[in-house]
Amino acid sequence: MGLTHEHDLHRRRWSRNLGVLLTLLAFVALVFGLTIAKIGGGDQMQGFDHTYRVGIDPDTRIPEAGQ
Amino acid sequence: MSDIRAEIAGESGTGDAGFGDYVALLKPRVMSLVVFTAMVGLMVAPVHLHPIEALAAIIFIALGAGASGALNMWWDADIDRVMRRTAKRPVPSGAVEAGEALGLGLSLSALSVVMLWLATNALAAGLLAFTIFFYAVIYTMWLKRSTPQNIVIGGAAGAFPPMIGWVAATGSISIEAVLMFLLIFMWTPPHFWALALFMNSDYEKAKVPMLTVTHGRKATRTHILIYTILLVPVALGTAFTAIGGPVYFALALVLNALFLIGAFRLWRRPEAAAEADKYAVEKRFFALSLAYLFGHFAAILIEATPWAEQLATWANWGALTWG
Repeated sequence: MGLTHEHDLHRRRWSRNLGVLLTLLAFVALVFGLTIAKIGGGDQMQGFDHTYRVGIDPDTRIPEAGQ
Repeated sequence: MSDIRAEIAGESGTGDAGFGDYVALLKPRVMSLVVFTAMVGLMVAPVHLHPIEALAAIIFIALGAGASGALNMWWDADIDRVMRRTAKRPVPSGAVEAGEALGLGLSLSALSVVMLWLATNALAAGLLAFTIFFYAVIYTMWLKRSTPQNIVIGGAAGAFPPMIGWVAATGSISIEAVLMFLLIFMWTPPHFWALALFMNSDYEKAKVPMLTVTHGRKATRTHILIYTILLVPVALGTAFTAIGGPVYFALALVLNALFLIGAFRLWRRPEAAAEADKYAVEKRFFALSLAYLFGHFAAILIEATPWAEQLATWANWGALTWG
């Protein structure tokens, strides 16, 4: 049996490979989009889990000397 | 080359699965319900996420549900093989090896939880991890084969998605999230026991202790009626919270009346009549249960629209709400 012969096995492998490719591309696009959304939102995100540092909050910041 | 020949000749079971077989491992029909309820939980929450964050949250909640489905198929392959309804699933049919299902389930579980954490917050991710654990370990490995109350307790796993959606947006659990959880939790027993009434032989063959197998169909019909009666106050009570309103209340009244009448008819029905028409009434009740849940969550979603908010203001609905 030559490799040029199209067998059902090749079709299944092709569908699997194409599916994995498209899934990975979608995942990369989603992570990219998430990154842009997080940074573009201008959130004061520091550390983990959306917790912002008190020190950079203008309302609670302690003025430095001379300010 | 030789491995290709071996596979073509059917000497090896590996590598034969198409992409669709792996998708089937994730139980796409269950995922569609998870996507819908999680989306409702997320969209009706008082805090709005960036659209891409919301999309990512829904995708990873659905992926987590799919992962638990794959783990369920890995563990249950032996009984799935016996039951007519599940015999064509990828593992019992031989399309995917059990080990692959386990690997996919564990990998996607970890990926979905970590990604939900990064996309939203730790509490939502923790709830998703607990849901996967609850479905795969508590329900699949323990309750399903040991008690006729399996789907009552196990139903919690299917009830978490709208709560996770809500928590993904707000970062906390509130009464509205709990009510959405309870709505699915209380709905699950009548829904699955109606299915068990006309699929009883499957569960009997697989020695799964469904209520129909251990206590008989008459007792199951009584249980369906009791759980339906208990479900009604949860469904109607939701109308008087921040996620409810007049549209929800009107629809819930109709759906709960229909569901109660259906459960009462099921309870009164003699077994001989059910066998004579091949469980037509039970099948209709099962279909109604799907419409019931979809209807309630669609109404919750409608209540979040500006049009429904205007209607609620006009009807002075706020005076009737609590929480």
